Amino acid sequence: MNDIAQGLWQALILVVSLDADLVEITVLSLRVSLTATLIASAIGLPLGAWLAVNRFPLRRGVIATLNALMGLPPVVVGLIVYVLFSRSGPFGVLGLLFTPTAMIIAQVIIITPIIASITHQTIRELWSEYRDLLISLHTTRRQRIAALLWDGRRALMTASLAGFGRAIGEVGAIMIVGGNIDHATRVLTTAIALETGKGAFDMALGLGFVLIALAIAVNLALHMVSNTERGARW
Amino acid sequence: MRLRTLALVLLAACAAPAASAETVMRMAVTTSFANSGLAEALLPRFREETGITVQLLIVGSGQALTMGAAGDVDVILSHDPQAEAAWLAEGYGTERREIMYNDFVIVGPRDDPADVAGASTASQAIVRIAEAGALFVSRGDESGTHVAERRLWHAAGIEPSGAWYRAIGQGMGAALNTAAAMEAYTLSDRGTWLAFENRRGLALLFSGDPALFNQYALLPVNPERHPHVRAEAVARLAEWLTSQTAQTLIDGFHRDGVQLFHFNAHVAQ
Repeated sequence: MNDIAQGLWQALILVVSLDADLVEITVLSLRVSLTATLIASAIGLPLGAWLAVNRFPLRRGVIATLNALMGLPPVVVGLIVYVLFSRSGPFGVLGLLFTPTAMIIAQVIIITPIIASITHQTIRELWSEYRDLLISLHTTRRQRIAALLWDGRRALMTASLAGFGRAIGEVGAIMIVGGNIDHATRVLTTAIALETGKGAFDMALGLGFVLIALAIAVNLALHMVSNTERGARW
Repeated sequence: MRLRTLALVLLAACAAPAASAETVMRMAVTTSFANSGLAEALLPRFREETGITVQLLIVGSGQALTMGAAGDVDVILSHDPQAEAAWLAEGYGTERREIMYNDFVIVGPRDDPADVAGASTASQAIVRIAEAGALFVSRGDESGTHVAERRLWHAAGIEPSGAWYRAIGQGMGAALNTAAAMEAYTLSDRGTWLAFENRRGLALLFSGDPALFNQYALLPVNPERHPHVRAEAVARLAEWLTSQTAQTLIDGFHRDGVQLFHFNAHVAQ
């Protein structure tokens, strides 16, 4: 209990003093995870919708695989991205290992299946409602997907936020591909792992509370922007 | 309007910071070099003098050598002489320069059920742990410390196994955390132990045997195998780490009044 109190105190000190290192790793955490969420949403939302409105052979198999990939172990993704981008690997010439770009790539792989799966589920229900209408209006496939994505946007925000939540709290993959380099690839989660290794539990917990607060702030900001969950509106 | 503000914030957050013109090199180092605080004492000074920023990847010696072999780092600082020699023999590096040494220490619960503190040699100390069946946390990660630990067991003629021997496969800090929580014995380098903040009931019980000697060496990655390595920056680092400036900084680095590392490079005149 005392450790947790000390952690809260440490978090307060860090935030109030606007500790330069804290600001740096927090900004990088946000940059990596928000970019990964944007890219994964750009892939996952249309993919999920496409899977909901189309019928093709092996559809069930594809969807089951997608759902299973939601549980992809980050440490395995990290290892695969590491091997691919290592100087001795196929993409080694790009020199991307131990950079934020490599961290973004790993996180996109981890969260795209989550966003696509939730999107698929949401759009499937919407499609069963809209199906007759959209077909009678002679819409093209592209128009149908666009209409469904737009009308399901509130629920789809949850899909993206679920992806963001996994990304911002993830440590296994970015530790491997980023390397936790001070002033280069250190983010909140890898800094927490480092402080724990030093036995500095108060600092580790302090950073943990900052991470939780950050996740809440991002979710709140999105709700404000999209005008959802306000007192006066349903 | 609000949407536009958010879009701007997002863009600002996602945009990559401008790349700087200064030289950046990557060094894989053992946990002790970074966790003890020595890196902070040396590298800012090196940067000041040369304009070269050294990015540190803090890993075990085994992983550091693997990273070097793959060309993912420019230079390695490790403490596993046998593995380093094998690595050099494979042609992965250009040379091995000894920089400094410290020693390993045996830490354990303060009440010391296996009476390690009363042992006269390191070998006797670990034999006592094994015979008492006292909990022992092993790094189990092919790090320099893990290799040194196995060398001790081997010299004592013991093949450690059983419920008392816990190999955790993690770094020195995690091993010390685990030992503190389980009231177990473990082998640590002195630097990490002195800098460690979560000791709880742990105490330093045995040290001083020459068998616990711990040599750190610098190993540049071979540019013939990996043309992209910053060989010039590495050469300057090697020169600087064996200079009198580095000697003063390393020998002058204390924690709780104890000198953590001892410079023993051949100083270039």
